Amino acid sequence: MSVQTRSTQDPLWARVLLIGGMLAFLGLFLFVPLASVFVEAFRRGLAVYAAAITEENARSAITLTLTLAAICVPLNAVFGVTAAWAIAKFSFKGKSLLLALIDLPFAVSPVVSGLVYVLLFGANGLFGAWLQAHDIQIIFAVPGMALATIFVTFPFVARELIPLMQAQGNDQEYAALSLGASGWQTFLRVTLPNIKWALFYGIILCNARAMGEFGAVSVVSGHIRGETNTLPLHVEVLYNEYNSAAAFACASILSLLGLLTLALKTFIEWRAGLRHRNP
Amino acid sequence: MGKKRPRSILPGFGLSLGFTLAYLGLIVLFPLLLVFVKASGLGWSGLYHAVSTTRVLAACRLTFGLSALACLLNCVFGLLIAWVLVRYRFPGRGFLDASVDLPFAMPTAVAGIALTGIYAPNGWIGSLLAPYGIKVAFAPPGILIALVFIGLPFVVRTLQPVLEDFEIAQEEAAASLGATRWQTFRRVVFPQLAPALVTGTTLAFARAVGEYGSVVFIAGNMPGKTEIVPLLIITKLEQYDYAGATALAALMLLISFALLLLINFLQRKTLVRPTT
Repeated sequence: MSVQTRSTQDPLWARVLLIGGMLAFLGLFLFVPLASVFVEAFRRGLAVYAAAITEENARSAITLTLTLAAICVPLNAVFGVTAAWAIAKFSFKGKSLLLALIDLPFAVSPVVSGLVYVLLFGANGLFGAWLQAHDIQIIFAVPGMALATIFVTFPFVARELIPLMQAQGNDQEYAALSLGASGWQTFLRVTLPNIKWALFYGIILCNARAMGEFGAVSVVSGHIRGETNTLPLHVEVLYNEYNSAAAFACASILSLLGLLTLALKTFIEWRAGLRHRNP
Repeated sequence: MGKKRPRSILPGFGLSLGFTLAYLGLIVLFPLLLVFVKASGLGWSGLYHAVSTTRVLAACRLTFGLSALACLLNCVFGLLIAWVLVRYRFPGRGFLDASVDLPFAMPTAVAGIALTGIYAPNGWIGSLLAPYGIKVAFAPPGILIALVFIGLPFVVRTLQPVLEDFEIAQEEAAASLGATRWQTFRRVVFPQLAPALVTGTTLAFARAVGEYGSVVFIAGNMPGKTEIVPLLIITKLEQYDYAGATALAALMLLISFALLLLINFLQRKTLVRPTT
């Protein structure tokens, strides 16, 4: 940012007005809702809060949420690195189409993302009869929820790595190979250290979405208490039962996850000097 | 790109591209394709009957109307916020900048119940509005608020890099030629921001149209009145109306793809690449 001279500075009243407008807007839409989560969560006191988040269904919801993230994040991270290697390191036809297709899941409504797996694996779905005959349950069970979560978090890691690796070029890898390193060594010792912050960044965003996803998971979950309710779905159940204190208590855990994600994200942007403007 | 890279030197091309295509195909493309195959199985008249009911049409009007309104609000306030964050220096700027991403980081269900709690007739803000007969939660204004919430970062984050790269010299030139600050903004700055603003607003619209989690709690979900399309898809699924749900899903997918193409076109045309 260059130094602004007088002639390119907005008048004081305009600056005050615009900053005031921004604070009012962000306050109303971001900070008041965030604050309300914690106020409502502790409204009935610490004991009620503790009970709500340690109760059996809440614990199983937390476990399921962690399980889903543990399945989806590594898979999409491996995919992201692999896709970025293929797309950034080599030239081939149809690359821009492939890039657009990788971003596709972001454009799809979460509800439709869940629905596609019901059409595939549901009782009336394409493989429904076969699955039933072999007594395999995918929809209304963990595998379906994992698939839906993988779908909605699909592009996160790839879209962080591809532009970075394209910008970095291949020179360092060529140097390593010409010095006798194997392909695998080159990847581990040269490429991976170069992309580690972007990879971490993508993983954090992927994880936040995986743990917080609601619509897609809701379609395939079946909402069986203590079995197929993730933490966001558990929040919905509690809220619809007018158990507001418990709903907000569980929501506060998810809010903390969101805040932690933001903090880590900001830290990486600062640490790695990434200027990330990434909707 | 452009320049040809020798393919043989770096290893792993076949393996990495093969895995990428297989994973993409199995997780994303095949399932999405199936929606269209199933929808086309209904035939034209079947599709038409599935999406031409008054309930579906009302849901479409509500979803697209409110999404358009929400992204216009985001267009105005997103521009304001991006401008303030890039151009002004004041304490707490970094914190506010980071907090713009809150709607991305917060699970949608949390945003949904928080907004509902605030705008319900007995909530912090809802109770202030209730005496004047203004109903926000469980009415269209509530849906609008949820859609503004989730769309905001798209506009701000698309505009910020363009504003940061903007050459102050152009504004100096305008000012030295006697333009007022407002004239400079309108005639010099705004035309160059406009493409990014359109891109960000379209991104916000695309997100709003499909949004579910933050809306269902605050919407009230009255068929024909406050029922959005994604909820209607779920309702149809729960009633085992697979044909109806599939037809609606295919419609939504077509709209998403059209928006995606439009966004790609806008980004390529204006060289705004918010991915780096």
